[in-house]
Amino acid sequence: MKLHQLKSVFVSSLILLVVVGAHAAEITVFAAVSLTDSLKQITAAYEEESGDKIIFNFGASSTLARQIEEGAPADIFFSADEAKMDGLEKKDLIDATTRKSRLGNSLVVVVAADSVLQIQSASDLTNGSVQKVALADPKAVPAGIYAKSWLEKQQVWLMIGPKVVPTENVRAALAAVESGNVDAGVVYKTDANISKKVKVAYEVPVADAPVISYSMAFVKESKQSDAAKKFLNYLDSKEAGDIFKKFGFSLRN
Amino acid sequence: MTSEEWQIVWFTAWVSALSTLVITPFGLALAWALARRDWPGKSIIETIISLPLVMPPVATGLILLKLFGRRGAIGGFLHDKLDFDIIFTWRAVLLALSVMSLPLLIRSARIAFEEVNPRLEQIARTLGAGNWRVFFTITVPLAVRGIVAGMILAFARALGEFGATIMIAGNIPGKTSTISLAIFQNVQLGEDANAFRLLGVSVILAFAAVWSSEWLLRKTRHRQ
Repeated sequence: MKLHQLKSVFVSSLILLVVVGAHAAEITVFAAVSLTDSLKQITAAYEEESGDKIIFNFGASSTLARQIEEGAPADIFFSADEAKMDGLEKKDLIDATTRKSRLGNSLVVVVAADSVLQIQSASDLTNGSVQKVALADPKAVPAGIYAKSWLEKQQVWLMIGPKVVPTENVRAALAAVESGNVDAGVVYKTDANISKKVKVAYEVPVADAPVISYSMAFVKESKQSDAAKKFLNYLDSKEAGDIFKKFGFSLRN
Repeated sequence: MTSEEWQIVWFTAWVSALSTLVITPFGLALAWALARRDWPGKSIIETIISLPLVMPPVATGLILLKLFGRRGAIGGFLHDKLDFDIIFTWRAVLLALSVMSLPLLIRSARIAFEEVNPRLEQIARTLGAGNWRVFFTITVPLAVRGIVAGMILAFARALGEFGATIMIAGNIPGKTSTISLAIFQNVQLGEDANAFRLLGVSVILAFAAVWSSEWLLRKTRHRQ
């Protein structure tokens, strides 16, 4: 190969790189921390197929909503409740036409895998043997708000309230149970599924609990509207739905 | 200010003060041993004590969590044998504040002890004073400025502690919530007005701590 040939190979590969680079969009998704494992799996397939790159910011939906209000660069918001999405919609920060209630979930009471505690109902949490109960912060975080509203419905919140250790998000509540530093925790069924260090002591019957609904939408400030909307559609697809179901979510359509 | 906010301010102030009191006897003894004595392992102890000053506070918190958790070496013993819990209680706040502020006290006190002329101590000894008497009537009075400055620095550090506290004490309203934790939570919730009120209080507390230390220093300098 002569020098000028080498040069042209080099230049054309550079051009190719630039072109490919321009097509690969980076999409930033702010998602409820309970979606971590399922979304990562869904994304792995999508990234390969589309060439786009998905960047996640997982956290309590309340924290994420607050960050979006402050102008954090999100393309898609996936909230664990409708209330946080309502808040953003009122402030005209999300595109309401793309908003969709996508997933359902349920609550469980978990204890450490080696715990001997028997929990058969909400009122069992009022027993003296349960000294501390970890919940995602019931003042703000969806998982904690759902749990509190369940315990209020069962009329035991006043007794359990003083035992509550509020955590930053639902996974932190799960971690507190895993470490054994609290006696029990209320988390989503899907969180309990991914941990080997906890066991489900009690599954909250759907009729007793509030309706748990995960909402997703496109963020208006997004600079990646085409790629982001494409990914949002993919999250609504059957393939994605199957993975969500595998992790224990229910589909809400 | 709501009653809940007053409770947070009051709790933060007294648990910070308590942590300063708890670490003072131990801190002074260690500072003196570092300043006046040579012993094997001295440099290692010195380094370990300074670690919380340079490590990320959450990392220090993680170490404490593993040690004092119900499954930890110390916490496990306390829980199983004495039914005594530390993590997620006010004691965890005290522990976090003490560990985080100890290096500041020791550093100031050590320098203060080193500046005391050993000859004065020797003279006192030749006049028949025992070690304790020398320490309390010669060393401490001469080093008091540095000691008090160190205590105030430790107290101020304790007032603002965040990382280690959130790791081991959580943010339990009415139990372990301190000013820093409450400010963070209020901002997270979008309740900036509450955060600003607590911000105001922490500015006043910090101002009072620094100002009173300056005032004490000026007073003692004057006397000398």
